[in-house]
Amino acid sequence: MSILVDKNTRLICQGFTGRQGTFHSQQAIAYGTNMVGGVTPGKGGNSHLDLPVFDTVQQAVNETQANATVIYVPAPFCKDAILEAADAGIKLIVCITEGVPTLDMLQARLVVKENGARLIGPNCPGIITPGQCKIGIMPGEIHQAGKVGVVSRSGTLTYEAVKQTTDIGFGQSTCIGIGGDPIPGMNFIDCLELFEKDDQTEAILMVGEIGGSAEEAAAEFIQSEVSKPVVAYIAGVTAPKGKRMGHAGAIIAGGKGTAAEKFAALEKAGVTTTHSPAEMGSTMKKLVGG
Amino acid sequence: MNLHEYQSKALFKNFGLTVPDNQVVTRLDQVDDALKNLGGDRWVIKAQVHAGGRGKAGGVKIVSSDKDARNAVASMLGQRLVTIQTDARGQPIEQVLIEAPCEIERELYLGAVIDRAQQRIVFMASTEGGVEIEKVAAETPEKILKVTINPLTGVQPFQARLLAVGLDLNGDQVKQLGFLLNRLATLFLEKDLSLLEVNPLVITSTGDLLCLDAKINIDDNALYRHKDLQAMRDVTQEDPREVEAGEWDLSYVALEGNIGCMVNGAGLAMATMDLIKLHGGNPANFLDVGGTADKERVAEAFKIILSDENVNAVLVNIFGGIVRCDMIAEGIVGAVAEVGIKVPVVVRLEGNHADEGLAILDKSGLKLTTAKGLDQAAQDVVAAAGVITK
Repeated sequence: MSILVDKNTRLICQGFTGRQGTFHSQQAIAYGTNMVGGVTPGKGGNSHLDLPVFDTVQQAVNETQANATVIYVPAPFCKDAILEAADAGIKLIVCITEGVPTLDMLQARLVVKENGARLIGPNCPGIITPGQCKIGIMPGEIHQAGKVGVVSRSGTLTYEAVKQTTDIGFGQSTCIGIGGDPIPGMNFIDCLELFEKDDQTEAILMVGEIGGSAEEAAAEFIQSEVSKPVVAYIAGVTAPKGKRMGHAGAIIAGGKGTAAEKFAALEKAGVTTTHSPAEMGSTMKKLVGG
Repeated sequence: MNLHEYQSKALFKNFGLTVPDNQVVTRLDQVDDALKNLGGDRWVIKAQVHAGGRGKAGGVKIVSSDKDARNAVASMLGQRLVTIQTDARGQPIEQVLIEAPCEIERELYLGAVIDRAQQRIVFMASTEGGVEIEKVAAETPEKILKVTINPLTGVQPFQARLLAVGLDLNGDQVKQLGFLLNRLATLFLEKDLSLLEVNPLVITSTGDLLCLDAKINIDDNALYRHKDLQAMRDVTQEDPREVEAGEWDLSYVALEGNIGCMVNGAGLAMATMDLIKLHGGNPANFLDVGGTADKERVAEAFKIILSDENVNAVLVNIFGGIVRCDMIAEGIVGAVAEVGIKVPVVVRLEGNHADEGLAILDKSGLKLTTAKGLDQAAQDVVAAAGVITK
């Protein structure tokens, strides 16, 4: 097993005929992902990468029984693309695009939820179940089917975590980059919950970053709901505090958000942490053995 | 993107809110006209910088003669203001706001921000207005009143009443707060704000609510749909190197250390800085070359890193996902040739076409150290920087 995606996932791409959509769809197909078509308004009826192109997501779903979509459309059109996918009944929506306005996500996220769908991203590398299904921009070759569930807020730092779990011979069940935006779709807790229930996942590697309080919330969840071993790393111990305006940000954060706070919360919850990004894999090996 | 107080107040006014009469000056010879236009015999002189804490730092002065007004403006224009919210160099003062004074009965706090935990816009208010508000929030969180805005309904009158009771407002003030909240929530949504603050929100001697200060931060991702706001950007308030980096789609933040860092991806960049620190070094900057770095941008990144005189070693850490490491390697070779780098450079390439990239670096004849693995790269660059310092 794995979580969310596998070889039976039927994927379409929104923004299919664009530069990003084309390049990454080629990569996904080469990896073995079951891509069944794509959507580019105005280009319906054509064929692209030997797959059918549709004008709307609804048509794509009707014709191909797609159950997942990946979005590469430019940021100003992402809200529309996400809402269209949710409206068409797609249950897994992965938005790679970065730079989506926060208030767009505030609304889109609610509608996705209302439709019973899951959204990964935006501003994320995507999701991959090694050897079965690659949705997003991650390099497929660093992954290896295995037993570690990886969930991360970052892009390239996720690859670092993945490579280290491959190097120690553990491999990954599924890897999810949830993205670093203020309002993401799925959060750590959503992913942890799925990894906990997944038979293939024997341990979880969680990669966080400074800002927000998602890691602190995850720590609480792990303490009460997760029985599997969890290793965590938080990036940004040395990040500058930076200039700021006003007090509202600090008040709402309520002292949460620094790397030190996040490490402390995770350690209190019984999570094994490492302060070195070079030792995510070795820490996992020490904890789990084998 | 931050706005100045005067810009924020102009927006407030456009949205139907009352702010004190004011006028902005950028030159000393504009002061007399401004005073004449405003009338009266007392004025508040306020330095316009992108930072809070101005009052305690000498950036706000109350004057009661033309001469004192001119002196106050003269003492600010062209200077830099250091407050608790700026770095040690402070922010340059290029504009000064001259404002009509008001009689203050009470000072309140009102702010709005996107609460990442709830994923909603939250309005916060407190009877404890002023610069100590963070202390109040930390020590007596019950004194911070909060209402969460439902995206479906927007702000509702009952929420204003909730805040009004907590703020101990009476009769007409309750209505005024309702109007204020409604207008500010509309402003927040229509202009894609990420932060809005009125500190202090005052009750005047006539019992009316008045926005005495205004801070606005706009979501950069949404700027494309606000031409009017784009025109309000003041680059003098930003670090020149950060501005230059931004023009090349590079994300750069200067720090105090001596090891320059060039990394792809913000998370990996922060992790690389953390690792340098773990090995006893000090990063000179955060620099994210982004997911689509090409030769030109790598060269530009090098120039920006080396424009910092403190840098005496550079670490390049690239994990190629989309980006091919051989392209990055060519970029590095080109940049070193063009810029003429005299400090040690340690390069770690991993992922997409990494071996080809390393081969290009080895063949180039340049004095670069290539490192195998993240840990080794950090150790090498810390050692290199240390040797130079001695």
